[in-house]
Amino acid sequence: MSTATTHDEHHEHHDHGPEPGLLRWVFTTNHKDIGTLYLLFALLMFFVGGALAMGIRLELFQPGLQFLDPHRFNQFTTMHALIMIFGAVMPAFVGFANWQIPIMIGAPDMALPRLNNWSFWILPFAFTLLIATFFMPGGAPAGGWTMYPPLVLQGGANVPFLIFAVHLMGISSVLGAINIIVTIFNMRAPGMSLLKMPLFVWTWLITAYLLVAAMPVLAGAVTMLLTDKFFGTAFFNAAGGGDPVMFQHVFWFFGHPEVYIMILPAFGIISQIIPTFCRKPLFGYESMVYATASIAFLSFVVWAHHMFTVGMPLSGELFFMYTTLLIAVPTGVKVFNWVSTMWRGSMSFETPMLWAISFVVLFTIGGFSGLMLAIVPADFQYHDTYFVVAHFHYVLVTGAVFAIIAGAYYWLPKWTGHMYNETLGKWHFWLSAISVNVLFFPQHFLGLAGMPRRIPDYAIQFADWNWVSSVGGFVFGISQLLFVYIVFSTIRGGEKATNRVWEGAHGLEWSLSSPPGYHTFATPPQVSDAEAHS
Amino acid sequence: MAATHDGYYLPHGTKWPIMGSIGLSLLLTGFALKLNGSAVGSTTMIIGVLVVAAMMFLWFGEVISESESGSYNKQVDHSFRWAMGWFIFSEVMFFAAFFGALFYARVYSVPWLGGEGAGGISTNPVLWPNFEAVWPTNGPGDIGGAFEAMPAWGIPALNTIILLSSGVTVTFAHWAILRNRRPQFVLWLLATVGLGFLFVGLQAYEYIHAYSEMNLRLTTGVYGSTFYMLTGFHGAHVTIGAIMLSVMTWRAMKGHFSAENHFGFEAAAWYWHFVDVVWLGLFIFVYWL
Repeated sequence: MSTATTHDEHHEHHDHGPEPGLLRWVFTTNHKDIGTLYLLFALLMFFVGGALAMGIRLELFQPGLQFLDPHRFNQFTTMHALIMIFGAVMPAFVGFANWQIPIMIGAPDMALPRLNNWSFWILPFAFTLLIATFFMPGGAPAGGWTMYPPLVLQGGANVPFLIFAVHLMGISSVLGAINIIVTIFNMRAPGMSLLKMPLFVWTWLITAYLLVAAMPVLAGAVTMLLTDKFFGTAFFNAAGGGDPVMFQHVFWFFGHPEVYIMILPAFGIISQIIPTFCRKPLFGYESMVYATASIAFLSFVVWAHHMFTVGMPLSGELFFMYTTLLIAVPTGVKVFNWVSTMWRGSMSFETPMLWAISFVVLFTIGGFSGLMLAIVPADFQYHDTYFVVAHFHYVLVTGAVFAIIAGAYYWLPKWTGHMYNETLGKWHFWLSAISVNVLFFPQHFLGLAGMPRRIPDYAIQFADWNWVSSVGGFVFGISQLLFVYIVFSTIRGGEKATNRVWEGAHGLEWSLSSPPGYHTFATPPQVSDAEAHS
Repeated sequence: MAATHDGYYLPHGTKWPIMGSIGLSLLLTGFALKLNGSAVGSTTMIIGVLVVAAMMFLWFGEVISESESGSYNKQVDHSFRWAMGWFIFSEVMFFAAFFGALFYARVYSVPWLGGEGAGGISTNPVLWPNFEAVWPTNGPGDIGGAFEAMPAWGIPALNTIILLSSGVTVTFAHWAILRNRRPQFVLWLLATVGLGFLFVGLQAYEYIHAYSEMNLRLTTGVYGSTFYMLTGFHGAHVTIGAIMLSVMTWRAMKGHFSAENHFGFEAAAWYWHFVDVVWLGLFIFVYWL
C-alpha cells in the first residue's frame, strides 16, 4: 500500500491546492470539486423533490380533499418526478462518476475539465427555470413528467419554461456523458485494460453511451411539443395527420433507456461494495460486464411496454412483451452474481453493506413487479394504477437512491478523510429500510385493488393502506434529515480514516491518501493485478 | 502555466462555462417570455445570444491559443477526437427523433387515419369517413388548406450535388494540409464554404417559393411539419458547419494548422460530412420517396 500512496507528491507542477474563496466553486475545473458540486446539488434537489412527495402523501393520508386542490396535486406529482429524476438521481450518479472515475482508473482529472464545469453549471439554471414555474400564472407543469400531449400543452405559462428546462438538462447530461466516455477510453493508467476496470467504471461507460443516445431524442420530442403549441405544426394532432401516440413512442424511446441510466451506475456501486465487505472478488466479473451491455442494448427495444393500453397492433404488443421479459435474463445474472459473491464470504455489516444488501433484496422485488407489468394482459389491469407507482419506486428509491446512499457511506471516508458515525449510519439505515417498505409495499395492494395513480382523492376502501403508506412516507422523509446531519458532520470532523478505509477494499482509489490530494495521479500509476477490478 | 512538459494539459479554473450558462439561460428565458407574449422577451433573447456568442469566441480562442502554443500533447488530441465523435453521434440521435416522427406518420398514423389496420377501425368511419391515406398529406382536417408537395428533382437534387461536391472539396483541403500546401488548403476550404453557403441560399429560395407559390407551410399538417422541421434543422446545421469552416479558413490564412496538428479543421470536416449524410437521408425520405 505504501508504495502506491500519493502519486501526486512526485509532481511539483501540480502540487497546489484549490483557489481561495467561494468563486472557486464557480470557476473550478477540478473533478473532485465538480463531483462535490454535483452531489450537493443532488442532495438539495432530493429534499425539494422530497418535500413535494410529503405534500402528496399528506393529501393522500385520508380520502377527500384536504390540503391540495386537484390542480396543485397534479403539479406536485409532475414536479416531484422531474426534480427527482433529472435533479436528484442523475446528478448524484454524475457526482460519483466525477469523484470516482479518475481515481479509479488512475487519471489526473476528467478528459475535458472546462466542459466538465459547464455540464454542472447548466443544472442550477435549468432547475431555476423549472421551479420558477410554480410562481407563474397557471402554476407548474401538471400533465405528468411524461409530458403527453395534448394535456401538457394546456399548461399555461409554464409550457415553454418546462421545455427549455428539459433542453438545458439534456445539454448538461450529454456533455457530461461525452466527458465520461472520453475519460474512460482515453485516460486510463497503463495496465488498466478495459476488462480490468472496476465495475463502477464499466457501468458508467455504458450509462454514458445510453445518455448520448437517448437524451437528444428527448430534446427532439419536447421540441416537437414546442412547435405544436406555438408554431402550428401537427406532429401530435390527428387532424393534421399526426398522432398524440407518436409523442409517446418518441418519448419512451428516450424514457426506457433513461430508466437504465438511473440504475446501471447503481449496479456499479453495489458491485464495488459487496466484494469489499465479503472480502472476496466479485463473482462473475466478465458476466457482469456483458449483462450490463445486454441490458443497455435491450433498453432500446422495449419502450412501448409503457404504453400497452394505448392501442397498438397485436404484433407490437407481443414484440415489446417478449423483449421486456428478456431483460430479466441479464438482470438475473447480476442478482445471481451479487448473491454468489456473498456466498461463503467473510462478511461484515458496516452501513454501506447494509444498504447494498437491502438494495439487492428490494430492487429484486421491484424487478419482479416489473415482470408482472411486462405481461400484456396483466398490464391491462395494472396500467395507471398504484401498482405501477409501487413498482417504479421499488426500483428507483430502494434501487437507485439506496445505491446512492450506500455509495455515499462507502466513499465518504475517502473523500473527507473522516469516518462517519457508524451508530447513526445504522440508525439511518434501519429507519429508512423499514419505513420505505411501509411506504411503498401497501401501494402494490392499492394498485391491484384498482386505485388509480395521479388522483388526489380516492374511494373509501383504499383509505387504510393509504394511511399506512403515508405514515411510512413521513418516517422515511424525516429519516433522511439524519443523513444530512451525518454527511455534514463527517465533512467537519470525526475519526481519521485510513487510506484503505475498509479492510477488504481493492482498487486504485484506496491507494491514495484520505482525503486524496487536490490533484491525484498527475503521473499515471502502474496498475498491479491486486488493484485491478474488485 | 498549468501544463506539465509532457503531461496531460489541465486548465486551472475557467470563466467561460458560467458565462455560457448565463447566456443560454437568458436566451431561453427570453424565448419563453416571448412565447408567453411578454414585451421584454426579445431583448432578453438578443442579450442571451450575444453572451453565448462572446463566450464561444473567448472559449474557443483560449483553446486555439493553447493549441498553437503547443500545450496539448497527443493524449489531449485524442480526447478532442473522441469527444467530437460522440458529440456528432448525439446530433445523429437528435435527427433520429424527427426521422422517427416522419416514419411513424408515414407508416402508421396516416394509414390508420385512412382506415387501415386495427387502429383505424373507429377513427376513420366515425371521425373522418372521407379521408384517404396518401402521402404527402396535411391530414383529414386539411390543416393549412390545399398545397403542392416539394418535388425532389429540382433545387433539392441540385443541392444534393452541391453538398456532395463540398464533401469532396473539404477532402481535397485535408489532403493539402497533410502535404503542408497552405495555399491549396485555403483555396479548397474557401470552395467548401462557398458551396455550403450556396446550399443555404438555395434552401432559403426553396422555402420562399414554397411559402409564396405552393402554400406549403410549417402549418401544412404533418407533411409541412416534418418537411420544415427536418430540412430546417438540417439547414441550421449546414449554417453552423459553414461558419465552423469559415473560422477554419480564417485560421488557415493566419498560418494555423500543420501537417501533424490540425484537428480543429478535421473536427469541422467531420461535422461537415455528418451534415452531408443527414442530407442524403432527407433527400431520399423527405423529397424523393
